Amino acid sequence: MNKFIPIIISRPQSSNLMNVLVPVIAVILTLLTGSIIFSIMGFNPFFALHTFFISPISTSYGISELLVKATPLALIAIGLAFCFKNNIYNIGAEGQLTMGAIFGGGIGIYFYDTNAFWLLPLMILGGAIGGALWAMIPALLKTKFNTNEILTSLMLVYVALLILDYLVVGPWKDPLGYSFPKTRQFSESGRMPLLFAGLRVHFGLIITLVLIFFSWFIFSKTIFGFQLKVSGYSPTAARYAGFSQNILVYLAFGICGAFAGIAGLSEVSGPIGLLYRDISPNYGFTAIIVAFLGRLHPIGIIFASLIIALTYLGAEDAQLFMQIPAAVGFVFQGLILFYLLGADLLVNYKLEFNK
Amino acid sequence: MDFELLYGIVKIILIATTPLVFAGIGELVTEKSGVLNLGVEGMMLVGAVTAFVTLVITGNYILAFTFSILSGVIMSSLFAFLVLILMSNQIATGLALTIFGIGLSSMIGKNYIGTPIEGLSPWFFVIFSFVIVFFISYFFYKTKAGLILRAVGESHNSAHALGYGVLKIRFCSIIFGGAMCALAGSYMSICYAPMWQENMTAGRGWIALALVVFATWKPGRILIGAYIFGGVSILQMNFQAWGLSLPGQFFNMAPYLATLIVLVLISSNKLRVKLSAPASLTIPFFKGR
Amino acid sequence: MNNTFIKFNNITKKFPRVIANDDISFDIKKSSVHALLGENGAGKSTLVKVLYGLLASDHGTITFNDQELNISSPSEARNKGIGMVFQHFSLFESLTVRDNLILGIDKKISYSDLKNQLENISSKYNLPLDLDAPITSLSAGEKQRVEIVRILLQDPQLLIMDEPTSVLTPQEVENLFVTLNALVKEGRTILYITHKLEEVITLCNDVTIMRNGKVIDSCSTDNQTAKSLATKMLGEKLEDLKTDYSHIKNEISFSSKNISCSFNDPFFTDLKNISFDVNVGEIFGIAGVAGNGQSELMDILVGENTLIDSGELIFNNRNIEFLNPQKRRDLSMAFVPENRLGHSAVPELTLSENILLSQFPNNKFSKNGILNHNSIEDYAIKVIENFNVVTPGSDAKASSLSGGNLQKFVIGREISSKPKLLIISHPTWGIDAGAEHSIRESLIDLSKNGTSIIVLSQDLDELIEITHRIAVIFDGKLSKPINTNEVDIAKLGLLMGGKNE
Repeated sequence: MNKFIPIIISRPQSSNLMNVLVPVIAVILTLLTGSIIFSIMGFNPFFALHTFFISPISTSYGISELLVKATPLALIAIGLAFCFKNNIYNIGAEGQLTMGAIFGGGIGIYFYDTNAFWLLPLMILGGAIGGALWAMIPALLKTKFNTNEILTSLMLVYVALLILDYLVVGPWKDPLGYSFPKTRQFSESGRMPLLFAGLRVHFGLIITLVLIFFSWFIFSKTIFGFQLKVSGYSPTAARYAGFSQNILVYLAFGICGAFAGIAGLSEVSGPIGLLYRDISPNYGFTAIIVAFLGRLHPIGIIFASLIIALTYLGAEDAQLFMQIPAAVGFVFQGLILFYLLGADLLVNYKLEFNK
Repeated sequence: MDFELLYGIVKIILIATTPLVFAGIGELVTEKSGVLNLGVEGMMLVGAVTAFVTLVITGNYILAFTFSILSGVIMSSLFAFLVLILMSNQIATGLALTIFGIGLSSMIGKNYIGTPIEGLSPWFFVIFSFVIVFFISYFFYKTKAGLILRAVGESHNSAHALGYGVLKIRFCSIIFGGAMCALAGSYMSICYAPMWQENMTAGRGWIALALVVFATWKPGRILIGAYIFGGVSILQMNFQAWGLSLPGQFFNMAPYLATLIVLVLISSNKLRVKLSAPASLTIPFFKGR
Repeated sequence: MNNTFIKFNNITKKFPRVIANDDISFDIKKSSVHALLGENGAGKSTLVKVLYGLLASDHGTITFNDQELNISSPSEARNKGIGMVFQHFSLFESLTVRDNLILGIDKKISYSDLKNQLENISSKYNLPLDLDAPITSLSAGEKQRVEIVRILLQDPQLLIMDEPTSVLTPQEVENLFVTLNALVKEGRTILYITHKLEEVITLCNDVTIMRNGKVIDSCSTDNQTAKSLATKMLGEKLEDLKTDYSHIKNEISFSSKNISCSFNDPFFTDLKNISFDVNVGEIFGIAGVAGNGQSELMDILVGENTLIDSGELIFNNRNIEFLNPQKRRDLSMAFVPENRLGHSAVPELTLSENILLSQFPNNKFSKNGILNHNSIEDYAIKVIENFNVVTPGSDAKASSLSGGNLQKFVIGREISSKPKLLIISHPTWGIDAGAEHSIRESLIDLSKNGTSIIVLSQDLDELIEITHRIAVIFDGKLSKPINTNEVDIAKLGLLMGGKNE
């Protein structure tokens, strides 16, 4: 056998060290690959990486922008953790986010000239309900008709986006907005309060942190969290234990949809302030990467959301200063996930070289 | 309805459905060998942009299709390396491939949006799509190689015990799937549209995945399924043209809702899905200990 | 007839935690049936995997027909004339018999040629087959026939059979032996792997006995008895167990009344009018060949399947047929299904976490849905200590334990809270002799303390050793129970083959 091709040997017990180390390895490999790609494109790799990953967060404004982007990513990702832990592949968070924005935003539009303390909480509740209801559709189809949730949840993304499109060019169009496909502005009390004057980071961040703490508590301290985990690892064992799989499916989808809906609402009532077509730059999909990179763990997801948010900011700067299309951010996100999934081998297997 | 209009509709349906057939049959072969590749949408987009950009630069149609198919081969090899050698989770890796493909295609195509090209006649490909389905059907049920491929998807351990190279066969099936997805994409950007636009496949990759379930993993039924979806998408445009009083967005939902409904109808028969799905679909194969 | 056909020379194969083959050397004579006898885990399977090219040995060589055998894959082994019938059939369930046969042939073959060859083989060796039937529709015996025919089409010189009778009825076993004897008459050689002593005596010419990865003895079967072989195989005298009925109370603890359940699925066996009673303190055995409805019945007894067509389950005068497993545990029932990894335990979780899979009324693992980690931990440690589970600690993952240790842990978890009824499937399947002994003893002790036990097992020896009464399940129907002290192996064999008187 060739001396340089390692043999893959399964570990008797998966390595906890590797579990933590692999995401770090994935990020480092992505940076290396990035600098190679930049060199090929004719840029000084240090300049390029600096533009991409350092300069966007070298000001307080930059850090605030990072948090603005990380907020929806982290919130959706922790919601997805409820599904993924249970081996439910809900990949339609983008649609649930959109529905949350429609429900919550709809309340904001209806009360556009009302200023009252109850408006924002009502909108947040609306966002949660909208997202949860939309997520209930694939949950229902899965439990009642055995339909694969991957495809159904995804199809509903397209449907939700079309509904939003219909609303903003149709019934909800701003009567004073000329022919632009957008709605009225929400009233001041329908907006997420800013945390610091002059910076865009908003109250949604606080909501996200509270919900992440809540999720951590569920995962590690409750029977429900344990049930999700068992049902994800082995549905047979869950049935043996007497856990109701259907209830777990509804709860996981419901919580995930509610979180995504709140994330959607906090985007439209935070930085945007009204409804229009492109409320989310693929947050619902990118959050899948955040969830995996963060190992479905609350702390991991916080770090992962910051790293992935940085690829958004970096891509914007790269477009501005290096004339590279901003889509390079998505390329980096895809790369991180590839490296993560590939390096995951090291958690359950070890490599040995022939002597 | 006059004959002229009917002829026109049939023609449009044929042209619009062909990419679904290509992507669907490619994914079917991959799944038959026991691998689920959710990267169809991403591979289609990369295939589409590669063909388009090559055509704009070289003006050569053959080069455009060749490079496009090559891009599909490269993308699917990346996927194959991860799921076969590194035994990564197939669902997550397929998603990564799609996310990566969406990003890569819009990055490459950024400067080509709106560039005019001369489209190629679709008819060769329309006919080819029928030929390839027939060929795959023949391959699966009349040749030993096809039988081996199905056997690998059925039980990789048994196939391995008989001495068949499970990974090699799966690798080839994944590559074939990638090439067909890229072909579907290049057909869209060069014959069907003909133009480049971000996310121009608009979920067709996902519909192709649904088609495989609809077809209960039988090649011939891919055609039937694809033409139902193709028909629904084209007819909704016609309904719109005939002035039915519903906002356009609701008509545009038709293909996605049709996919949902069909999936529900097919999968509610649990036993049928269980009996027809390749038994080792998404299960990684580990030769050593 | 004394020419040596195969020679194992100092074969050694090490795995990370165990030496599976330790310096194995013995000879196999041409046109003989050579038994490889040993318990589960003795190293038999590893050795034949090396012979068949599925594993590479660390040291040693194999001489085959006076030539050194140097192969690295099963297809090379087949080219040299070595065929193997696996214990778990390597068939493709959804494909037809014909497709399965074609897949086993390396050279190209036309359909008519195949048909001719097949008819030839079928009649010559007593192996009838229906070419168009899908494998799913076949019985275990028929599946094995497909395997054997598939290998005979290659015209092998050596046929390796790995525990071929474990899934067969006694009558199917007889048919198999006829086939095997016909093959040997033609000059073929058979390496017969088993742990069943009687088979060695009736069928085999020579026997090699393995224990803990070493060869204990290799000799002719002529002067051996089942008893002498057992001593060599187990290495210690087995104590004779007597069935003790004295502690059984004349009071019904559990009864199943006319349970019927149809699945409309070829992968499942429909259950028909299953009825039986279990008294307080009694161990009730359900015997039968795999695939006759045991796992379907187990699911219903545990409560994993509550969608029965008709019938009642009554425990302590309460109807429980529609309760889920957790609700049944609340009534003091405990369950140990057949599969440890992924059913009664989750391999990815720690032992402490695995404790939580079954909660009994008297353990306080949670309050209002919030876990009490300390009491879970204490319980795990108690189980590990009381049942001699070999593990680094309660935070070790279940996957890191050996089969026997994990089974002791699972059984310990279930019986530590003193259930009134224990339902257990294949209690000692695939575990080492030491653990097997201690598990059987703890079940007997449990029944003496008033727990009723239902045991489902394929292992007749085990049922005869521990139960008070035995019934046989065949094709979803349960026979009348027989008192274990009056049991007649021949009669049980007939029942297991579906012949009622």
